[in-house]
Amino acid sequence: MRKYIVKRLLLAIPTIFGAITALWFAMQLAPGDPALMFVPPDFQGEEAEAYLAKINEKYGFNDPLPIQYLRYMRNTLQFDFGASLRTLRPVTDDLARRVPNTVRLGVAASLLSAVLGISIGVLAAIKRGSWVDNMLMVIALVGVSMPNFWFALVLILIFALYIPILPPSGLGGAKHMILPTIVLGYTSAGYLARYVRSSMLEVINNDYVRTARAKGLSERNVMIKHALRNGLLPVVNVLGINMAFILAGSVIVETVFAWPGVGLYLIDGVNGRDFPVIQGAGLLIATSVVLVNLLTDVLLVYVDPRIRFE
Amino acid sequence: MKQKQRDNEGNIARLDDQEFRRLSGPRRAWLEFSRNRFALVGAAFMVFIIFMGLSAPVVTTHDPYEQSLRKRMKPPSAEHWLGTDELGRDFYSRLVYGARISLFVGIVGTAVGVFCGAIVGLISGFFGGRTDTLIMRAIDIMYAFPGIVLAILIVSVLGTSLVNLIIVLAIWAVPTLSRIVRGNVLSLKEQEYVEAARALGAGRARIMFAHLLPNTLAPIIVYATLAVAGSILTTAALGFLGLGVQPPQAEWGNILSNGRQYLRKAPLLMIFPGTLIFLTVMSINLIGDALRDALDPYIQ
Repeated sequence: MRKYIVKRLLLAIPTIFGAITALWFAMQLAPGDPALMFVPPDFQGEEAEAYLAKINEKYGFNDPLPIQYLRYMRNTLQFDFGASLRTLRPVTDDLARRVPNTVRLGVAASLLSAVLGISIGVLAAIKRGSWVDNMLMVIALVGVSMPNFWFALVLILIFALYIPILPPSGLGGAKHMILPTIVLGYTSAGYLARYVRSSMLEVINNDYVRTARAKGLSERNVMIKHALRNGLLPVVNVLGINMAFILAGSVIVETVFAWPGVGLYLIDGVNGRDFPVIQGAGLLIATSVVLVNLLTDVLLVYVDPRIRFE
Repeated sequence: MKQKQRDNEGNIARLDDQEFRRLSGPRRAWLEFSRNRFALVGAAFMVFIIFMGLSAPVVTTHDPYEQSLRKRMKPPSAEHWLGTDELGRDFYSRLVYGARISLFVGIVGTAVGVFCGAIVGLISGFFGGRTDTLIMRAIDIMYAFPGIVLAILIVSVLGTSLVNLIIVLAIWAVPTLSRIVRGNVLSLKEQEYVEAARALGAGRARIMFAHLLPNTLAPIIVYATLAVAGSILTTAALGFLGLGVQPPQAEWGNILSNGRQYLRKAPLLMIFPGTLIFLTVMSINLIGDALRDALDPYIQ
C-alpha cells in the first residue's frame, strides 16, 4: 500500500510541474511582446519606451528563453509569483490574504453539496422508478443545467432586493456566506446526486444485497448496512472531482457576489491583463486540484481495501 | 430487455421482447430514445431554438442593434414582445440573434473538440506504451485546470474573438472525450474481431478507423451531446465575465451580464436570457441522458 501511495505521489509531481510549465508557455504564446503587457496602457511615447526598457531589464526578457524558464521555475517553486502589474503588491501576499476566504466558501459549499448530493442520490436509488426518483432527478438535473451566475443573480434579486433579508454581496459574517454557499453547493450537488444514484443502483443489484434481503433483514438494514457502505465508496473519489468543480464554480460565484477570494482575484487579473496575477491564481488553483485528487486517491485506499495497488 | 421506468406506456411497450430484439441496433436505440418523454420535450425545444436562430432575420420584429433612447427599458408590449433593454433595443430580437451565436459557438467548438479528443484518445488507447503515458500525463495537466478556469486562462492569452472562443471550447472538450475514447479502445482492442482484422493484414490506420472508431461511436455521441450543453454554459459564463463574445454583438451571456446592472429597475433583462440558457442546457442534457440510456448496450 505504501508503494501505491508513493507512486501516486510521484505521479502528482510531474503534473504540477507540467501545469507550471503550461502556464509559462501560455504566456510566451500570448501575442505581442510580453514586456509590452507590463506597460500600463496610459503610458505613451518615451515614457512607455523607458518603462519597457526597465521591465526588460527587471524581468530579464532579453535573456534566452531557457534561462527565463529556469528563473520562472525557481521563483515559482519558492512561491514567488512576482508583483501585480496594477497594484505592485507581491502576488503571493495577495493570494495568502484571499485563500482563507475561498477555503471558507469552498468548505461550506462542499459540505452542502455532499449532503444534498448524497441524500438525493441515495433516496432516488432506493425509490428508483417511482415519482420520488423522478422528482429528485429533475431537481438534480436543474442543478446541473442552471448557469451558476444566473442562479446567483436570481437569489440576489429575491433575497436581497425583493425580501431584503440577506446581503447581496461582499465579505462579512455568516449571513454573507448563505447565498454564495447555496449557489455553489446546489449547482455542484446535481452531478454528485446523479453519480451517487447510479453507483447505488449498481450495488443494489448485487447478489449480496439480495442475500441480505433473503435472510430477512429489514429494507432499512439492507440499505444502511449493506448497500450504502459499498455504494458510497466510489463517491469518495467523486468528492475530489467535486472539489475541483466547486473551485471552478467559485471563480464565477466570487465574481457575482464580490467575494474577495482567489477566483475573483483571477478574474480581476484577467480583466486587467495582469499576468503575474493570472499565473499565481491559476497555479494555486491547479495545484490544489492536483493535491485534492491525490488526497482522495489515497483516502480511497484506506476506505476500500479491495483496491489493488498496481 | 432492460427494465424501464414507468413512462413505458408508449408504442414500444406493446412490442414484446422478441419483436424488440429483432430490431436493428440503431432502430432499437431510436425507439428507446423516442419513448423517453423528457427527451422528446428537450428535443422539441432544441428544434425550436435552432429554428429561431437560423431564421433570425425572418422571425425577429426589430433590428437587434437599433437603439432608441426614448424607448429605454420598456416592459413587454405588443410592439416589443419582451420589452426593450437599456438602449431601447428590442429585447426579443436580441435574444433570437443571441441564440445564433451561442448555439453556433457551442456546437462548432464542441465538434472540433470532439474530433480532436476522439483522435487523441484513439491514438493513446491503441498505441499504448510510452505514447499513451505521455498523452495521459498531458491530459492530467489539462484536468488540473478545472472547467471554466481552463477556458478563462486560454482566453486571457488568446484574447476574445469568435474564433478564439471556438478554440477554447474545443480544447475544453478534449480531455474528457479523449479519456472516454481511450478507455473504450483499451478494452475493444483486445477483442477477437480486432485480432481477426489484424490477422487478415489490416494496417493500424484501418483497425483504428474502420474497426475501433465505429465501435466507440456510442459513448462519443453521448458525451458530445453533453459537451454541447457544457460548451453553451461555458460560452455564456465567459460572456457574462466579459471574456466571451463582446458587445454590441448579441450573445446570451453578455446580454445577461448587461442586464445585471439593471437588476432593480428591469429584472427581466436578467431573467429572460438566463431562463433561455437554462432551458437550452437542460434540454440538451435531457437529450444526452436519453441517448445514454438508449445506447446503453453499446457503452462499455
